[in-house]
Amino acid sequence: MSAEQTGRPSANRISVARAVAWRSVHNFLKNPAFLVPALMFPLFFFVSFAGGLAAIGEVPGFDFPSGYTAFQFVFVLLQSAAFGGVFTGFAMARDFETGFGRRYMLAAGHRSGIVAGYALAALARAFITWTVLTAVALIAGMNIGGSGGEIVALYVLAIFVNLSATLWSAGVALRVRSIQGGPLMQFPTFLILFLAPVYVPLSLLSGWIHAVASINPITALLEAGRGFISGDPTVVILAFAVAFALPLLFALWAKGGLRSAEAAG
Amino acid sequence: MRNGLGNQVGLLARRSVIRTLRQPAQIVPAIVFPLFLLAVNSGGLKDATNLPGFPTDSYLTFILAVPFIQGALFSVMNTGTDLARDIETGFLNRLALTPLRGAALLSGLLAGAFVLGVVQAIVYLSVGLIAGAELAAGPAGAVVLLALSVSITVAFGTIGLFAALRFGSGEAVQGLFPVFFVFLFLSAMALPLNLLTTDWFHAIASVNPVTYLLEAIRSLLIEGWNLGDLALGFGIAAAVGALGMLAASSALKTRLVRT
Repeated sequence: MSAEQTGRPSANRISVARAVAWRSVHNFLKNPAFLVPALMFPLFFFVSFAGGLAAIGEVPGFDFPSGYTAFQFVFVLLQSAAFGGVFTGFAMARDFETGFGRRYMLAAGHRSGIVAGYALAALARAFITWTVLTAVALIAGMNIGGSGGEIVALYVLAIFVNLSATLWSAGVALRVRSIQGGPLMQFPTFLILFLAPVYVPLSLLSGWIHAVASINPITALLEAGRGFISGDPTVVILAFAVAFALPLLFALWAKGGLRSAEAAG
Repeated sequence: MRNGLGNQVGLLARRSVIRTLRQPAQIVPAIVFPLFLLAVNSGGLKDATNLPGFPTDSYLTFILAVPFIQGALFSVMNTGTDLARDIETGFLNRLALTPLRGAALLSGLLAGAFVLGVVQAIVYLSVGLIAGAELAAGPAGAVVLLALSVSITVAFGTIGLFAALRFGSGEAVQGLFPVFFVFLFLSAMALPLNLLTTDWFHAIASVNPVTYLLEAIRSLLIEGWNLGDLALGFGIAAAVGALGMLAASSALKTRLVRT
């Protein structure tokens, strides 16, 4: 029996995802209130860290072949990946708050396609931000020591970070179904990012921050990313294991959120 | 009817303070977020003290100035959002029907920022000192630091008032937060001016007033009593406050005429 015969909506997962993604990207591009912060925030962080902290590259023991600009570029790239996902979570929460999310739920035959659509939109947003960020970094004279393949690997890591953050935020948005859940999406993401070796390599950290950064999964992603950009790959297997594990874990979280939203009606 | 300026300011100030204290969502982030960044930055940038020319061997002492400015930035948001809500709910229109003076309204609304500024300054300084930061100016310096911090918080609060009166929307006021953060980012926030080695960044930080507010606070923490830095810090706070009040008064007149 076809979906039409049963009276259920017929849209399959891919067409649902495509429609949700298109609307979300369209809203993002058409509204300067969404577009400008998404582009400006990473640039401010990059300018502030790479410009204002350049002298940190002279600290005894700091030995990063591509220079401090490239060192900070990797952090800002991963940070913008994560916040691209979080901001998409905001959009999702707003859609559910205004009732648009419920209409999605009624219309979609395969509701996981809704989450997939937001994830695609988050990725599209991230690509736009990365294009601008990379261009600014190159104009600022960033040195790249890595090969083409290594640079692709760096961006692949960023894609996984973006997907993880989107699925985390989607899980929150689908449970809270209000923009008031924004801090719940944002603060843990901010926390885990800044408890990694942001300013100096792990080896130069000491005390509690070293202990925390050593067990923080983002540290492996950052170190691998910095290895890729400087042409000296490090902790690659661990980084990709983390990169694969995080989206799987948060997919379960998002799936639970979807059940919660369905149960709420 | 008692309608003296002092009485009007007092009533609105009381409302502003109670309103601030009843909103943990305003108080908690304004205290917790700067402390979190203090912890992360003081741990992560500890090695900066090894740079030749760094003014102290305690990065915690150096970076302790930053939460005071971050806290003041929250004052822009809180003060502005509260007034914007009054505009959105029509409360300002009702006030406009009373013999209330504009100066009373604006001054009274800053009382919440004043109280939050005092709480923030005491918490930041206490946490910093407990964590091992130094206060070279001693107990008297703590009093001056408190006064400077509150002056900056109230001065920034006037910008929140202006934004609320100009745009009339809480969302627009919230949207200003990143703009003000830029001023903090493009200052001598993480390293002193003499160690900002990137030329264009040094040039921007040198003309950014936030740099001198930070230096005034740092002078008390690191040097002791540097009257020049302190005068500059208080002077900038007074100038920002005066300009903010002027702009807010003008925007208030325009808004009341529209009403």
